Amino acid sequence: MRLYLSYFSMHLKSQMQYKGNFVMLLLGQFLVAFASIIGIVFLFARFHQVDGFTFSEVLLCYAAILMAFTLAETFGRGFDRFPVIISNGEFDRALVRPRSLVFQVLVSQIDLTRLGRLLQALLVFAWALPRSGVAWTPDKVLTLALMVFCGAALFFALFVVYAALSFFTLEGLEFMNILTDGGREFGSYPFSIYGKEVLRFVTWVIPLALVQYYPLLYLTGRSANVLHMLTPVLSLLFLLPAWALWRVGLRHYKSTGS
Amino acid sequence: MSAYLSLFRIRFLHNLQYRTAALAGLATQYAWGFMRLLALRAFYAENPAAFPLTFAQAADYVWLQQAFLALYTMWDYDPDIIESVRGGHIAYDLVRPVDMYARWFATTMARRVARAALRCAPILLVAFVLPDPMRLHLPASMLAFALYVLSTMLSVGVASALTTLVYIAHFQLLNFSGLRLMVAAVVDMLSGFTIPLPFYPQALQNVLNLLPFASMHDLPLRLYSGHIAGMAAVQGVALQAFWLAMLLLVGHWWMGRQLQRVIVQGG
Repeated sequence: MRLYLSYFSMHLKSQMQYKGNFVMLLLGQFLVAFASIIGIVFLFARFHQVDGFTFSEVLLCYAAILMAFTLAETFGRGFDRFPVIISNGEFDRALVRPRSLVFQVLVSQIDLTRLGRLLQALLVFAWALPRSGVAWTPDKVLTLALMVFCGAALFFALFVVYAALSFFTLEGLEFMNILTDGGREFGSYPFSIYGKEVLRFVTWVIPLALVQYYPLLYLTGRSANVLHMLTPVLSLLFLLPAWALWRVGLRHYKSTGS
Repeated sequence: MSAYLSLFRIRFLHNLQYRTAALAGLATQYAWGFMRLLALRAFYAENPAAFPLTFAQAADYVWLQQAFLALYTMWDYDPDIIESVRGGHIAYDLVRPVDMYARWFATTMARRVARAALRCAPILLVAFVLPDPMRLHLPASMLAFALYVLSTMLSVGVASALTTLVYIAHFQLLNFSGLRLMVAAVVDMLSGFTIPLPFYPQALQNVLNLLPFASMHDLPLRLYSGHIAGMAAVQGVALQAFWLAMLLLVGHWWMGRQLQRVIVQGG
């Protein structure tokens, strides 16, 4: 843990080297998220609701997913960048060091500029929490916390899958974007609006709906089923295949030699 | 002129090399386009009367956007140009008897066109055979199609001129990942990439339609389906040509100024 903290301060310092650029990156991340919220705002100004969900309910959903994704990306950026580490041979160095590999990949990059988006998520929460019509009893607070933190774990697992696949391909696979960036982008709306097939896919294959749609049902009082509140915990099971794939990939690893 | 054309050709062929990456990108773009349309369909189901386009027009908009993504978005930059400023081989480029601005502009354009050329055909093909409400339709008329083609060419020009401006800003900043991100986000918002411009409030649309960002992306996609037609279409294309000329002039002037003060450190 102490080592992690010193890596953390190292990344902080190195990103602070170009201060102007750091500020612009923070602002840029904020603007990227701002673009999607503008889309939501304008669509709701026109249509008022979608699939029975109101504006403030969708905002809750948006902010929870954005926060989950941002946490995963800030701290798990090393896995997102992993194809680079593989293809430039940096990974060979990691293999001979006496620390766990996951730890080393984790600390290879901590991208603090993503916090610009976290700020956005907090602002949206601040606006939407009192307006959502949810009575914030302890169980609802817990549901929201589960959505954010289990969501972060799930996105992190997706980054690990992405990294593990690059053991085989040596380069990043762009289609994983649909699950990570796409999960964030399209997760702005409850997954049910995309129709039954999509909902089934994000329930059973890539369990994004478990941290979003089902707990949202509980949160907004559409369902009183405690199971719906706890579905985010279930999504943590996804860490297992992600971990397994990483192990398989690792065994398969051949250095690129450069 | 022929020097820039052959530069365009060389860079075009260079960019065609990355076929695997293009294939992997295809799957992403299908999924992305499909999800966008499904979201729009949910809103359409809510209240068709509030939908500013017909659903078929929205489908055309989304599929053409995905098929020719590389033509308009501001997400992608040429690593060679960035490296030439950062690493200093720009010194070699400066002694060549070509205009630097035109060189960068041609390179940028080639990159956009090559990337789009690699990806568009399979996406268009699949988009055409999808079941009806979701599919890509034929253009509204021969005239609409002709305007669409002309306007797309102009939009690539406008987008490339804007990209070149960002490259020139690089002279000042050296590390410009932050600027790039900000430009990309702002352009996404103002060009109708986040949601098509017709979904914006009317007052805002009136302003946005006049800005160069609408000329980069929104206009050609609406010409295709006939959402903009007649006099408005001609005016739109004229406005595009105006923005292209403006951006080229500004870029050329700014490049000249920057090159006078550029210092290449060491060798």
